[in-house]
This record gives sequence, structure tokens and C-alpha cells, in this order.
Amino acid sequence: MSEEFKIEIVNPEKSFLLKEDVTEVIVPAFEGEMGILRDHISIISFLKPGIITINSKSGEEKFYVEDGIVEFKNNNLSILTSTIFNLKEIKKDKIQDLIKDAEETLNKPSINDQSKFLIDQKIEVLRTLN
Amino acid sequence: MASLDDLKKRIVSVKSTQKITKAMKMVAAAKLKRAQDSAEKGRPYSEKMNNIILNLSEGISDKENAPKLLSGTGKEQTYLCVVLTSDRGLCGGFNANIIKKAKSYFARLSREGKELKIITVGSKGNDQLKRTYGDKIIENISFKNSKNANYFDAEKVGKLIIEKFEKEEFDICTIFYNQFKNVITQIPQSQQIIPLNTKENKEMSAEDNYEFEPDEDEILTNLLPKNISTQIFKAMLENSASEQGARMSAMDNATRNAGEMVDKLTIEYNRSRQAAITKELIEIISGAESL
Repeated sequence: MSEEFKIEIVNPEKSFLLKEDVTEVIVPAFEGEMGILRDHISIISFLKPGIITINSKSGEEKFYVEDGIVEFKNNNLSILTSTIFNLKEIKKDKIQDLIKDAEETLNKPSINDQSKFLIDQKIEVLRTLN
Repeated sequence: MASLDDLKKRIVSVKSTQKITKAMKMVAAAKLKRAQDSAEKGRPYSEKMNNIILNLSEGISDKENAPKLLSGTGKEQTYLCVVLTSDRGLCGGFNANIIKKAKSYFARLSREGKELKIITVGSKGNDQLKRTYGDKIIENISFKNSKNANYFDAEKVGKLIIEKFEKEEFDICTIFYNQFKNVITQIPQSQQIIPLNTKENKEMSAEDNYEFEPDEDEILTNLLPKNISTQIFKAMLENSASEQGARMSAMDNATRNAGEMVDKLTIEYNRSRQAAITKELIEIISGAESL
């Protein structure tokens, strides 16, 4: 039996990525990293800032996401996200900018605990990329 | 009757207006293509988002403690209306149609004794509404500097709405925008986004058993604010496609009318030129006869 399933990544502007031959996807779910294989149970979860790793026949691809929702159903994986970059295409100074922005928001007094946690996460992930 | 010189001047001026409207039509047509593309590309996101939320709200265990964005505040007293219009004019009935739709809704609300608050997005809507509803407008947002509708602008509006909702400044939120059907037809729409209307699309929801991680309530609390931004973004995309479509057909009409006017003026010009020649000839002939 084949071990492949379909993945679609959508952002508000367009359909970002569509692949039919993925074997494994690792997503940074809110409560920890989650690996998804074929015939996973239907699941809905959301993402924290992190790296999505997609394994397919054509090799491994990595993407940086800031937030999003994951839905897996009938061997269709949909990821909705507002911010996503392919790690190959993202530039070093862009990462620097993102870190700077995040640090600025972190210093705002009005921030609540949850968003603080998310931004901490974001900075951590971005630093490891650098 | 206007003198020959005046007629000539008018013809030239109408012709140059026609050139402008023609150019505007071309520009609108080019922009329409892009706006339409991005409206189509943006659809999967909002549809998927909608589906997930529907599935979630079906599966929610504790209806009474459901997030307020879904179930509402329990009151129906204060209405917030977000009117999305364009920043530029010269696009036919585009803005007027949204305003008309919104105004009839406002009138109904005030008949029912509800309290009304308005947020206008786009300066044209603000211009038209501030005369009658000036005291009701609590915020005016304009994205004159952004070239195309983009998600970050929509997110700004969404965050503003949610902030106001959390402060309990309103109970029900409705957005007004034009839905793009085709170049000639744009349908003004009103859509209630808070509390979310899940009953409308009941037949779409599937009977899936999902596993949720973390639990439904937490996902919903995180998802609903995003959905607001997504819906606004969708409205903005539809709006920008509609705006270009409306402008294109308005400018097409203007170009045609200008052409008709040039024809009419040219006939008038030729007639009066001929009349002047005839008059001169009569004068010469009658002068020669009298000798």
C-alpha cells in the first residue's frame, strides 16, 4: 500500500504549496512537534512559530511558519497560515528583521502571557535559523 | 448659436476627456485582471477556514460556555457596522450601492431602537456617510497607501473589531461590501461576522469525528479572531475586484458618451460652417445683382 498523502498549504493570498506525494510531515503543533503519516486519525490543531518539515519523494523541504491551523482528514493535510517562508529562499537579513520586530513587541507593556509565550518561541526558532 | 470657434474648442475638450476615460478604462481592465486573480486565489483559505470552524462548532461540547465570538454576548442592543468602500471615485455606482445597502440597514436599526456604531474602511464611504451618520462613525480607516488589498491591512481591521468586542462596545457586527459577480454586476452584500452565523451553511458541515489538540474550546478561541480577519480580507478582495470592474464599465460608458457627443458637435460645426459660406455667397450674389 502506498504511504503517500496529499498536503496543501494555503495562505490568505494564494495556495502556497500543493503536493501529492508526501510521506511524512512534521508540524510545530501548539503542544509540541507532531509527525503526521498516512492514515493518521482526523485531527485539527494549531501551530506555534516553528519549522514545518515535509518529506516527499523529491526530498526534504523545510518551511518557517508563524501561526496556522492544521487539519488532517482522509489523507488530506491542509495547513492554513498567514506567514510562511521557504527556508531555502528566506534571507539572513530578513530573519534579523523578524527577530528585531519580535523583540520590540516583546518590550511592549500591554502584552499578555500567551502572546509573550508565542513571541518567545518565535525568537528562539529564528535564532536557531541564523 | 455658438460661434465656429467655440464649437471647435468644445470638440477638442470633449476629445481630450475621452482620451482620459479611455486610458482609465484600460488601467482598470489591467488592474481588474490582477484583482480577480487574487480574489480567486484567496478563496481556498477562507473556505477552508470556514469549514474547520463549522466542524468545530458542531463538535463543541459545552454550548453555554462557547466563546463569545461564536455565541454572541446574549444581547442584541448595539450594532457595529463595518462599511468597506474604495478610496477613489469615478467608479460608477460602486460606492453608492454599498452606502445604499448600509443606509437601509441603518434605518431599520434605528426604527427598532437599536444603538448603532459605524466603522468606515475607505475614504469614499466616510465622505458619504458623515453627513447623515457623522456622530455614529467611531473609526475611519483608509488604506490609501497600500497598492493592493493585503492581509495585514485586513488583520489591522480585524484586531480593532475584536478589541472593541472584548471591551463590550457592541453585540453584533456586520460588514458591508460588494461581491464581484462579473464586470457589469457587483452585488452589495451584508454579512454578519459576530456572532458567527453557523446555521446558514449547515448542509456543508460533514459528520467527521475529529481529534482536537488542544481541546475544541481552546482551538476555537484562537481560531475565531483569525476568522474575523479572514472574512474581512475576503471582503476586501471582493471589493477591490468589484471596484475595478465598476470603474471599467463606468469608464467604458463615459468613453462611448464622449464619442457620441463629438459626433453631434462635429455635425453642428459643419452645419454652421456651411451656413456661414451660404450666407457669404448670398451677400456676394445680391451685391453683384444690384450693380
